[in-house]
Amino acid sequence: MNPVVILEVHLDTGTARLRRLPEARAALGGSGLAATLFSQYARPTEAWDHPDQPIIFAIGPLTGYFPLMSKTVCAFVSPRHGGYAESHAGGRSALALRFAGLDALVLVGRAPRPSVVHVGAHHVSVQDAGYLWGMDALSCAKLIRRQISGSGHRSIWRIGVAGERRSPMACINVDTFRHFGRLGCGAALGAKNIKAVAVTGEEHQTLPTGKGYAALYADIFRDLTDTEMMHKYHNLGTPENLEPLDALQALPWRNLQATSKPEAIGSMSGQHFADTALLRNAACAGCPVGCVHIGFVREKFLPQDNRYLYRQVSYDYEPIFALGTMLDLRAPTEVLALLDDVEKAGLDAMSAGVALAWATEAMERGIITEAHTGLRLAFGATHVYREAITRMAEARQEFWAHLAQGADAAAQVYGGADFACVLGQEMAGYATGETFFVSQALGLRHSHLDTGAYSYDQANPPQDTAAAVRFLVGDEAERVLLTSMVACLFARKVYSRERLAQCLTAIGMGDLASDLAATARILQARRWQQRLAFGFNPTAIPIPRRFTEVVTWRGPVDAHYLAELQKAYAQAIKALAAEVPA
Amino acid sequence: MKRLVAARMDRCIGCHSCSLACARLVHKILSWEHAGIRISSSGGLTTGFQAEVCLACDPPPCAAACPTGSLKARPGGGVVRNKSLCIQCGQCVPACPVGAIAQDRAGDIYVCIHCGQCVPFCPHDCLELVEVGS
Ligand code: SF4
Ligand code: SF4
Ligand code: SF4
Repeated sequence: MNPVVILEVHLDTGTARLRRLPEARAALGGSGLAATLFSQYARPTEAWDHPDQPIIFAIGPLTGYFPLMSKTVCAFVSPRHGGYAESHAGGRSALALRFAGLDALVLVGRAPRPSVVHVGAHHVSVQDAGYLWGMDALSCAKLIRRQISGSGHRSIWRIGVAGERRSPMACINVDTFRHFGRLGCGAALGAKNIKAVAVTGEEHQTLPTGKGYAALYADIFRDLTDTEMMHKYHNLGTPENLEPLDALQALPWRNLQATSKPEAIGSMSGQHFADTALLRNAACAGCPVGCVHIGFVREKFLPQDNRYLYRQVSYDYEPIFALGTMLDLRAPTEVLALLDDVEKAGLDAMSAGVALAWATEAMERGIITEAHTGLRLAFGATHVYREAITRMAEARQEFWAHLAQGADAAAQVYGGADFACVLGQEMAGYATGETFFVSQALGLRHSHLDTGAYSYDQANPPQDTAAAVRFLVGDEAERVLLTSMVACLFARKVYSRERLAQCLTAIGMGDLASDLAATARILQARRWQQRLAFGFNPTAIPIPRRFTEVVTWRGPVDAHYLAELQKAYAQAIKALAAEVPA
Repeated sequence: MKRLVAARMDRCIGCHSCSLACARLVHKILSWEHAGIRISSSGGLTTGFQAEVCLACDPPPCAAACPTGSLKARPGGGVVRNKSLCIQCGQCVPACPVGAIAQDRAGDIYVCIHCGQCVPFCPHDCLELVEVGS
């Protein structure tokens, strides 16, 4: 069996060390490997931006070997909560690492000056790049592409100004259309003085001999492309969800003051985006589905003349919710314009939109005024939001510096915590009910992808704390298995546990395939151990009042049940972490 | 005689399924670069994708440059390759006017043999195996 190959790059000296870990196979890869490495490198007693804290990028045993095994897990200490955090991205990141011969890349230390890290199968360097500091994330990549060869077979991860300013909303932009989005990994990179990481994947890898592997690949490929299973992702894409969620009264509008706007949803539907703004599709490397929807923004830049420029912007359900319905916008082009701005600034679209929604309501209520913001924020006022995004990323003026720390952090200063839509971090676009709110608030990544709680709510189960907790714990385990391989979660129906076992066996890792259910449970517990080791207290996570005021198709959210569920899930999390030795 | 044509690259989504299929099925390796067809973006993903693949020249300049006869003209254009004759000299690589031949660090070369095995793996029907003049 091949050992797990880890490249540790010391940013302070520009040196690197190659490690081979046979024992880490037990942690599979991705989430499991990241948590294992995190336990070795991270320092629970130090702040998130201490130079010794690692940033880990990990792929899995199946990366590249099967379709849709196309994601990379980034683990870091979050500036949002000071503990173990994961963010996942696709693009070419995973295959670039695979063909660079690495299972994980670990960055430690802090570069003395703004720098770019470049790694490949036969290359490691940390180079001064002061000229890139202050540059937007898109221009930065353009310059790096001119400096590093290997078009099509390299992946460039970079931060914008938000990451340089260490905002907990800063993301890492991956290959223009994908992101390590949440929990502030852009700030973690910025704190290390790293503007960008480029990975060149120039080597081939060995394949198992015999027919079994190629036949299994072809079967899975057929399932992913021929059947209806994945149709939604390449047709309208995730924006397909906008209309049905609005119909269910589960789509957040105007800072979650409403959950449905029948009069407006037509202009924000997935179909309307496709009809008016979709340019083409793109895919992550190794994925034939092509779920990436690229829209265009066309802008007249000389008002008196017919002079236009255009830009390409990728869109998805989540960014449309955050920078669209949450801000009460009414046209795809306006949402795409804001998305383009957050992209350049290197802000996480979800956090930025939800933070702006809070600020808008705070201004409506007179908690903050134009004296604080320098801008007259109003729902639907796209041009004002465009300016606000820049100010927030640059942390210009006291108010915007506070808001760049998160809606909840700003509410600590100005008031208005009741309507800051924060569940561990700014909410994802599902006002489906108690299970989802608790899942995001307590979930390991504070992500809507930690569990399928939004679908659980939609299935309309009777109120039953024990059953809901069983679902959350069980579903998380299944997802941890996938994020350890590292599969795109869109492929979860295709990659059943049995399929994953077949895949591992086909590439000669059959010994890992024997009891995947047990393995998943161990990985799940290990991740929680890392989260708790930095002082996470799931019982103490606030669920702001706004969430208890939500009315969905099932009626008002039940605050009592919400509290009970939080208590029970918190207990379950602690019990999970205690299942394996620390 | 058949020939692979990257006929509709304006539909390409950059998934690399074609390269991965060629590497897997023809060369028995895992790669997105060491394959008969390779996908690159012309300067960033916003510009779309292009395929580096053999255009089936007739006569083929790469074969003319090959000193050992490892690459030989194929009826209908392109080359047939006898791997056992290859001395990894790399002469064919610059001889190809469209950069269709890749060489790895060990010196092995990768050029399309127009077998068509990549075609069914393209989800957007960018590739086609066409019949060429008999
Ligand atoms: S490899 Fe290049 S030179 Fe040789 S036949 Fe193909 S396109 Fe022509
Ligand atoms: S036709 Fe055959 S040799 Fe040519 S790129 Fe496709 S799979 Fe490779
Ligand atoms: S398989 Fe088709 S869509 Fe995918 S990279 Fe190749 S040509 Fe493009």
